[in-house]
Amino acid sequence: MQLVFLWTDILIYILVAAILIFIVYARRKEHMRAPWRQVARSRLGMASAVILAVYVGIGLLDSVHFHPHADNEDGRGPAYSSDIVSVFDSLVNPLRAGVEKTYSAPFATHLYTRETVQQPDGTQTRVYPRLEHGGAHLDDPDSERMADILKRSAAGTAYAAIIWLLMGAGVVAWQGHVHGRSFFSQLRAIIWRKTEVPWDVILYTSGFVILLISVIMQLAPYYHILGTDKVGMDVLYQALKSIRTGLMIGTLTTLIMLPFAIFLGIAAGYFRGWVDDIVQYTYTTLVSIPGVLLIAAAILLLQVYMSNNAEQFDSLESRADLRLLFLCLILGITSWTSLCRLLRGETLKLRDIEYVQAAQAFGVSHMTIITRHILPNVMHIVLITLVLDFSALVLAEAVLSYINIGVDPTMNSWGNMINSARLEMARDPIVWWSLAAAFIFMLGLVLSANLFSDAVRDAFDPRLRK
Amino acid sequence: MIAYIIRRALYAIPILIGVNVLTFALFFVINTPDDMARMHLGDKRVTQEAIDKWKASLGYDKPLFWNADQEGMDQLIDTIFYTKSVRLFVFDFGQSDNGRNIAADIKQRMWPSLAIAIPTLLVGLLVNITFALTIVFFRATYIDTGGVVLCVIMLSISSLFYIIGGQFLAGKLLHLVPISGYDDGLEAIKFLILPVIISIIYGVGSGTRWYRTIFLEESGKDYVRTARAKGLSEKVVMGRHVLRNALIPILTGIVVLLPLLFMGSLILESFFGIPGLGSYTIDAINQQDFAIVRSMVFLGSVLYIIGLLLTDISYTLVDPRVRLN
Repeated sequence: MQLVFLWTDILIYILVAAILIFIVYARRKEHMRAPWRQVARSRLGMASAVILAVYVGIGLLDSVHFHPHADNEDGRGPAYSSDIVSVFDSLVNPLRAGVEKTYSAPFATHLYTRETVQQPDGTQTRVYPRLEHGGAHLDDPDSERMADILKRSAAGTAYAAIIWLLMGAGVVAWQGHVHGRSFFSQLRAIIWRKTEVPWDVILYTSGFVILLISVIMQLAPYYHILGTDKVGMDVLYQALKSIRTGLMIGTLTTLIMLPFAIFLGIAAGYFRGWVDDIVQYTYTTLVSIPGVLLIAAAILLLQVYMSNNAEQFDSLESRADLRLLFLCLILGITSWTSLCRLLRGETLKLRDIEYVQAAQAFGVSHMTIITRHILPNVMHIVLITLVLDFSALVLAEAVLSYINIGVDPTMNSWGNMINSARLEMARDPIVWWSLAAAFIFMLGLVLSANLFSDAVRDAFDPRLRK
Repeated sequence: MIAYIIRRALYAIPILIGVNVLTFALFFVINTPDDMARMHLGDKRVTQEAIDKWKASLGYDKPLFWNADQEGMDQLIDTIFYTKSVRLFVFDFGQSDNGRNIAADIKQRMWPSLAIAIPTLLVGLLVNITFALTIVFFRATYIDTGGVVLCVIMLSISSLFYIIGGQFLAGKLLHLVPISGYDDGLEAIKFLILPVIISIIYGVGSGTRWYRTIFLEESGKDYVRTARAKGLSEKVVMGRHVLRNALIPILTGIVVLLPLLFMGSLILESFFGIPGLGSYTIDAINQQDFAIVRSMVFLGSVLYIIGLLLTDISYTLVDPRVRLN
């Protein structure tokens, strides 16, 4: 296989590396570990952290792209096909490859629409044809389907139970070792919620997630769990692929705007005078332009640029990827102002505090004062804004894609799924599963992000600290 | 006071100039009018004559900043920057790329937008304050926890689901109201009631949560403790003392939104087929009508700046401690 590096892939792995470096750095500083320990004590916070971790894991697997080997056995032609697939795609290959003709309901064995079929005796009848992949292993779907689904779900549950018990035992043994307790006294401590970190909640939540994944893995190769869409693509696959888009919008936007917001905000508050005037003027001007319209204008311009310079984009993926990056950029431009204003206000307060004045009196350079004395003391604001903005950005993606100024229409995203669901809801009988899938997956991500960010805010906001 | 208002209004002028120059740069400098014409005429193999004709019919054939062919002031006036951008300051929006008069469209489409936005704001405010006050009244009980969790769940759901769900439930299953459309006069009510209810429900999550923190902050203050120490009942403390004082941040926080009500709601209006300014903007985006988008950007900015101005004034009105400087 031949690796392909899309722009957003590179940026997301830079972000992961930055977070890892930060963790290594923060581990050694007590004042940084203390609020994180408080986050780890929050029950809701840890439950949502488990769910978030699953989303992030899928998103990261979906961010390693490559050209797969082309299957031309005579050895001629290029060795790699021109498709771009991700590691995640190759893990869920049955989902990706199991394409039907058109709509089919969840767990269906037949298409959702009638087709005219030529009978062997020459007559034509209109029937619901069998699906090519969903339930294709059954001889008589009507009688066998329910039993087959139950059998496979039971197998999935059994595997999940084994994995979960092993994992649970591992956690108990490890924690017992750390705290110098025997296995069973540690188990009691976890069950009766005597541990500092709520391991019971973490284990219950991960048990639920493992059960879900295991049952889906048993069923997905044989059925379309969430049905198929208009062109017969598996809806579960689309919803899973959309996770990457949502995560990208939520994280890269903040990553792009962060340097500007921090630099300008602190500079305005620290230097005051004409620097402050210019920064304030800039953000008031940007914030007065309605965000949606600025995004719309920018995306319209990007479309003009892309249709005039079509030759610069070698594949659909890289084109969609560039649009995603551009969307993050323009969302960043519309959203950095609030953080900048907060940082400016905080810096204005900090620069009059004694230790900054003492540093100034000692003749410490401005640069050193900002990096050593101001920046560490405003980082909690940056962190809180970062996690609070995340869910808002994921929701914004859906709305923007709905009005065609979001991600590329060919890209999997919840917004695009909802957009197509609008017509499906008007059909009779209605097609509800695309909408339901987008709803469940989005709610899972946004709700856990919201709950987690509440825990982070409670731990880091000094006004809320007890 | 009047001097203060005038000074604040003057401060808005450089900001508006900034917005104007920025939108001009976005629409005309980064992309030339030729690109726009090609996009609008929709074909890759458009002839140069067709492009020139389209540009001339809409006045995009002038030079950007400096017209060397003209005499005197016309060197500045007979340019795209003056006719398309500077004229926005006197609300001369010109005509759309389809040849319609934008100002007339805006005047006509403003009313349906307001007919949704005003009831939504007023009823929504009432509902959110009631819920928040109830939650704070029962603070540190299961009602409080349950209410907050419900709020977080409600604000985690995309607005699109509320609209699609509500439309499906009320319009298609129960046949209570028409799914979309609009009518003049009182007949409009049956088209407006569903969008208003949906946007109120959508706002409950974030609104209630926000007002709850305001009420909680207020109820921890000294004068509330004094009121309780006097032996006032919790109802009186909440209803008379906390509510009245908390209304200051709530109402001043809303003032900035008031002028923007004219702009309407983008998605709601297009979903329900209401001919307001929101759906006007969406249609313009979808038809790639740059003239309308440009006008709406400028109009939105003006309204936002008016909102900021009103916010400053309302602070000084409700809170005598705020000094005018």
